[in-house]
Amino acid sequence: MLPSSSPVSLSGNAKSTGKPIEERDSVTIRFAGDSGDGMQLTGAQFTDASALFGNDLVTMPDFPAEIRAPAGTVAGVSAFQIHFASHDIKTPGDDLDVLVAMNAAALKANIADLEVGGILVVDLAGFGEKDLEKAEYRSNPLQDGSLAGYRLIEVDITAQTIRAVEHTGLKGRAAELCKNLFTLGMMYWLYDRPVEHTLTWLQTKFGPKTKYKDKPEIAAANQAALLAGFNYAETVELFASSYRVKKAQLPPGTYRKISGNEATVFGLIAASQKAGLEIIYGSYPITPASDVLHGLSRQKHFGVTTFQAEDEIAAMASVVGAAYGGGLGVTATSGPGICLKSEAMGLAVMTELPMVIIDVQRGGPSTGLPTKTEQSDLLLNMYGRSGDSPLPILAARSPGDCFYMAYEATRIALKYMTPVVLLTDGYIANGSEPWLIPVPEDLPPIPTNRAAAKAAGTGEFLPYFRNPAPLARPWAVPGTPGLEHRIGGLEKAQQTGKISYDPENHDAMTRERHAKVAGIARDIPAQTVEGDASADLLVVSWGGTYGAVSTAVADCNNNGIKVAHAHIQYLNPFPANLGQILGSYKKVVIPELNMGQLRLLISGVYGVPAQGINLVRGKPFRVSYLVDKFERIVKALS
Amino acid sequence: MSTVETPVAPAPLTRKDFASPVAIRWCPGCGDYSILTAVQGVLPTLGIPKENFVFVSGIGCSSRFPYYMNTYGFHTIHGRAPAVATGVKLANPDLQVWVITGDGDALAIGGNHFIHALRRNVDLKIILFNNRIYGLTKGQYSPTSAVGTVSPSTPFGSVDQPLSPVSLALGAEASFVARTSDNDVKHMTEVFAAAAAHKGTALIEVMQNCVIFADKVHEPYYGRQTKQDNLLYLKDGEPLRFGKENDKGLVLNGLGLAVKENPADGEVVVHDVKDPSGTLPFLLSRFTHPDYPVPVGIFRQVERPTFHDAAKAQVDAAKAKTAADLGKLFNSGSTWTVTAAEAN
Repeated sequence: MLPSSSPVSLSGNAKSTGKPIEERDSVTIRFAGDSGDGMQLTGAQFTDASALFGNDLVTMPDFPAEIRAPAGTVAGVSAFQIHFASHDIKTPGDDLDVLVAMNAAALKANIADLEVGGILVVDLAGFGEKDLEKAEYRSNPLQDGSLAGYRLIEVDITAQTIRAVEHTGLKGRAAELCKNLFTLGMMYWLYDRPVEHTLTWLQTKFGPKTKYKDKPEIAAANQAALLAGFNYAETVELFASSYRVKKAQLPPGTYRKISGNEATVFGLIAASQKAGLEIIYGSYPITPASDVLHGLSRQKHFGVTTFQAEDEIAAMASVVGAAYGGGLGVTATSGPGICLKSEAMGLAVMTELPMVIIDVQRGGPSTGLPTKTEQSDLLLNMYGRSGDSPLPILAARSPGDCFYMAYEATRIALKYMTPVVLLTDGYIANGSEPWLIPVPEDLPPIPTNRAAAKAAGTGEFLPYFRNPAPLARPWAVPGTPGLEHRIGGLEKAQQTGKISYDPENHDAMTRERHAKVAGIARDIPAQTVEGDASADLLVVSWGGTYGAVSTAVADCNNNGIKVAHAHIQYLNPFPANLGQILGSYKKVVIPELNMGQLRLLISGVYGVPAQGINLVRGKPFRVSYLVDKFERIVKALS
Repeated sequence: MSTVETPVAPAPLTRKDFASPVAIRWCPGCGDYSILTAVQGVLPTLGIPKENFVFVSGIGCSSRFPYYMNTYGFHTIHGRAPAVATGVKLANPDLQVWVITGDGDALAIGGNHFIHALRRNVDLKIILFNNRIYGLTKGQYSPTSAVGTVSPSTPFGSVDQPLSPVSLALGAEASFVARTSDNDVKHMTEVFAAAAAHKGTALIEVMQNCVIFADKVHEPYYGRQTKQDNLLYLKDGEPLRFGKENDKGLVLNGLGLAVKENPADGEVVVHDVKDPSGTLPFLLSRFTHPDYPVPVGIFRQVERPTFHDAAKAQVDAAKAKTAADLGKLFNSGSTWTVTAAEAN
């Protein structure tokens, strides 16, 4: 809805100036500003507009760990990157076509990623003497010629915004805060995006049903700023031309934009419904996993109980208790949380109870890089418990894939009576992409191993009796007559589950626990190979690097450099045919955002000497970086 | 008309129904035996089906308790029993969940879980076996050991101040706090029954004797010869009197209480488990031997909403308001459709 008092008319998408419109296949924009400048919101709105328009897209928010780092400093810069295209894309883009820098610090932190000749939009109000000083610029980059390689567009966005919202009565700092909408308006004009969605969204966010109900000027001012930015770009002829990125050729169906954490929430809820169980989610807030807690806590009508525990230890322990009590126990955390959870995860392995543990990985060790991505918790989850303590590990490869892997993790947990770890990471958890919405009826049912009540005098109940195929023990839930039994962290006797210190029994039980997890290999999809299967080089990847690696592999093959690609989604156990695949190539290369954790597993399990490509910069791989590496390796092979 | 079935009342449960065939491995003479006896005596009186009892324990001598009960039982990890038990109760609020813990398990490694379980008021019955020593790890001093306790880890005597489980529980906003002793099955039975009837987290400290590492640690005040002059039996609504001849009483003294010989009737403070300020229970929790009589019985018992009821009420309200529709969930927010024609 438009504010009736708006003095600026909606130009819509009909470019009246007759400026040339150029076609582009794909565009990467980064909005960068101070933490308080609303860059995440700006990026999210641009994303929504692009998604609704029909582009394929991938986003990457990048924000500091501090809520409000010192204003104006490089440490306080918050950015949001979006890559949108008229074709299928899988990465947030390497180099930027456009960089929007709301102040000097934002410029400094991001200019290196803008491609030569790229468009650089700056807010002049953010380049005063103090801003330059806080950003530690010795000279003004807008004047010293250092930006000569870019198409620099200087606008006093702050002043323009204040003027544009004046009629609403909003003044001072409150008026200034609308500058992100003005900027968004300019970008909407430049890339021919419709403004309607954002206008409606602003009306909802600041409208009469919100806490802003007594301040209608807020919605009005933000809407006015958006339209003013759009019209300013058109009227002042800021840009030589505008651009159009056509709709992407996506498979037919209904889509929505989804982030990895949202998809995880949806996957868990879908799985709980299909299993006929209610989720008990025990969790402690931690970046970047907290959105799973926030998301689930809004879905109580699906029978979801969320429990914010006193610490990570209690969160995990409560989930073990919930699983024992017959609920679908779930927790999500990040690496530092897994460290604390490992004790109760070991109890879950010993007591063979079904639950899902999600590790949204971030940079480590210790507190590390809370808001930056990494995939360095693989070995922690694989081995980070006392004793021989095997559990299945899955990894999602994209935001939308989190849905399917959360679903799959639940299926495996309930079928095999085991805790299952699902690895995601900060990049796919916070990043978003279009998601083909599944039809709920098409999702397969999820059976459980619940034991039925037992009449008195019908023999002893055996809590560790394993059914032959999945080797799962029965799920005997308190409240079920006749199944009263005791379990715990001490070693169990086979079948009876009674305490046993017998050496033969411990050896047998250790092997049973291993065999149960190893047997899952027969129950998961075979490993597939993408790219050119006849290549000498096989690239093996896992988790959130899928987009960058698969794009780089495709680029190589398009350039006549033959590369095959196996992306592993099941890390424990590995798919049954993986060894055979690994053995069919002259060379195996494993790119990872860690120092070689999958490489260690692969070489340990299969004796395959793989080469690593390892970066730990808190960011996803750049496609061009991988293409260059793959090309060099292939050339060296021939 | 359908036939009306006459429900057959199940045979009432007895103590035997709760006895497990597992051989008990506590040391001969351990105080744990009488606690087991008292619990097995109380459960059949509660009118709860046997399959609805769950005993969750941590680590330590006391935590072997679930193995000796023929109920559902979960011997978990050190200090975490209240957190595991919270999950059990959230998954199935119909269960009556008991937590068995000790002074090391609950107050050292599990201190955080202990206070938060009490604060939340999850409906758990926590029995804390306080023998003021680590038994299972062979005799190290514990958070309730007196200063100067000589143990394998403190050969020159411990130097740190012990804490009172009851004071800690009251400070953690516990809604039911009691103390009893392993040498008085009748008293234990009364206290356990009251705890079972309480809606919310109940903390019962049992003064328990470890015959091996801290033998007779409670003897100076709870022994057969000593207790009449050294224990103060708390009874709600009754004057705080004690002594062989019931000749001593607690009277107000400034902001505290003082022991007075032969006090006048109106002078003695009357016990009030519901004291809204919580002050009286707390003052009583500070009483230690030999300066004061050691109070046993219920210190505090107040009604307040339980965590699992409140959490469940939110879930039930949401269910009543909104259907569980996956399609609606997936399609929430902005969506767009790509038609086959567009896709080609």
